[in-house]
Amino acid sequence: MAKITFITSSEEEIVLEGDSGSVMELAVQNGVPGIDGDCGGVCSCATCHVHVIPEYTTKTGEASEIEKDMLELDDNADEYSRLSCQLEITEDLDGIILRVAK
Amino acid sequence: MSDKKISELSCPFGYTRKEKGYGEMDDQNDPVTMLMRLKDVRKTAHNWQTFQSAAEPGRIVIPSEVNIRDTRQIPFEVDPPKHTEYRALVEAWFKRPLEAEYTAKLTRQIEKALDEALQKGELEVISEMILPIQSKALTLLLNTPESEAETWISWGTHVFRSEGEALDAKKANVLYDYIDKELDKAAENPGEDLYSVLLDSDFEGRKLTKEEAKGVMVLTFAGGRDTVINALTNSLAYFAEHPESLLRIKNEPEIVGKAVEEFIRYFSPLTHMGRVVTEDTVVCEHAIKANTRISLVWASANRDETVFENPDEIVLDRKINPHVGFGFSHHKCLGATHARQILKIFIQTLAAKVSSIEIIDHKDNIEQLGEYQRKVGFHMLKLKLNSNS
Repeated sequence: MAKITFITSSEEEIVLEGDSGSVMELAVQNGVPGIDGDCGGVCSCATCHVHVIPEYTTKTGEASEIEKDMLELDDNADEYSRLSCQLEITEDLDGIILRVAK
Repeated sequence: MSDKKISELSCPFGYTRKEKGYGEMDDQNDPVTMLMRLKDVRKTAHNWQTFQSAAEPGRIVIPSEVNIRDTRQIPFEVDPPKHTEYRALVEAWFKRPLEAEYTAKLTRQIEKALDEALQKGELEVISEMILPIQSKALTLLLNTPESEAETWISWGTHVFRSEGEALDAKKANVLYDYIDKELDKAAENPGEDLYSVLLDSDFEGRKLTKEEAKGVMVLTFAGGRDTVINALTNSLAYFAEHPESLLRIKNEPEIVGKAVEEFIRYFSPLTHMGRVVTEDTVVCEHAIKANTRISLVWASANRDETVFENPDEIVLDRKINPHVGFGFSHHKCLGATHARQILKIFIQTLAAKVSSIEIIDHKDNIEQLGEYQRKVGFHMLKLKLNSNS
């Protein structure tokens, strides 16, 4: 079981727990505002964009080439950006904090 | 008859995409440079300053509609910052397809259409099943009575095009006159339909004008007609030729979302969309002059072999699928949520009710784009659906 915290654009903190699937799916199932996951998680829509709080980037690892290409054209992206559909929930993600992108 | 499967849509752009990245075509003496590679298409779609949508109404559409309409489609033919404001006005309305009640109604419509098709046995699916499904589903998006669909069905499969594919001003006027009338009715007697909601929307400290509301309505009608019909028809032809895939959806319902995205990638219901270049620029080492047109060839980008593994195959549960079948960036398809729901429910219902599909007859719908010929779907598809009960 991994505990994942989302900070929404209105500074609301939402703490969720999951043990499988992607972080996007967990967020959508629990109605986290700002994470839509329109394409269902195939890395096509960029509506699940989050910023990983810097101290947790070692836990989330690096984005793939395809994911980076998507983020490159997002005006709100920075070096901590990830598409949460590409973050597979495992014990390794336990405790991470993500800021939902604008 | 050749051995080639009728659901295979071969990509005519492969050679050009690999060799130089752009192609050229003429369209009513307003030539178009066609961008073929996924990265170029994405980058160009994102750069609205140099590649604008807010040109003369109808010009970014290929074939150009400048001679048949003056109404600007909104938010489609507007650029930021105004585009952002218009889009914000309609975004929530176009997300309604995710609501449980909407989904339930859509499911009932599609179940009924498939039950009728099963009863008929042999049928021409576009006119007898798919156009009705598309039209009835549109009544949900507009929140109008389902009976309105009868009028839209009577217009045939193309709102703008006549039989010969040429642009038909008379046919377009049928749609514009209809929308004018509906907007007048809504102004006089507001209800809870999209016409009324638009007329009551606040924009820059005033209400939307009738012309602006009309621009949104024309986009809603025109953007989701041929595209939805082609996506559904091509999917049906695919399942006719791949009964094992239909069985797989039945046994693994969790992959349906990925299957929808894969169909959108592979079939790319909209081949390309134009932009007008605002300054002299360069794409793929090719100079492009200000006030000429480029197009973003979604159908080519979606087969880009540098991004997709086995791009010319349908991989039903493709896991990484960064397709641009719904466009990309600011102007990505407003109706995508609605379209995805229709396709998803259609496939689920088909898998639940149908065991096999026989192909009786078909006539391809092939677009001519300069030197390129691309099959986008069918003019006619006669099938026999067999029930699994």
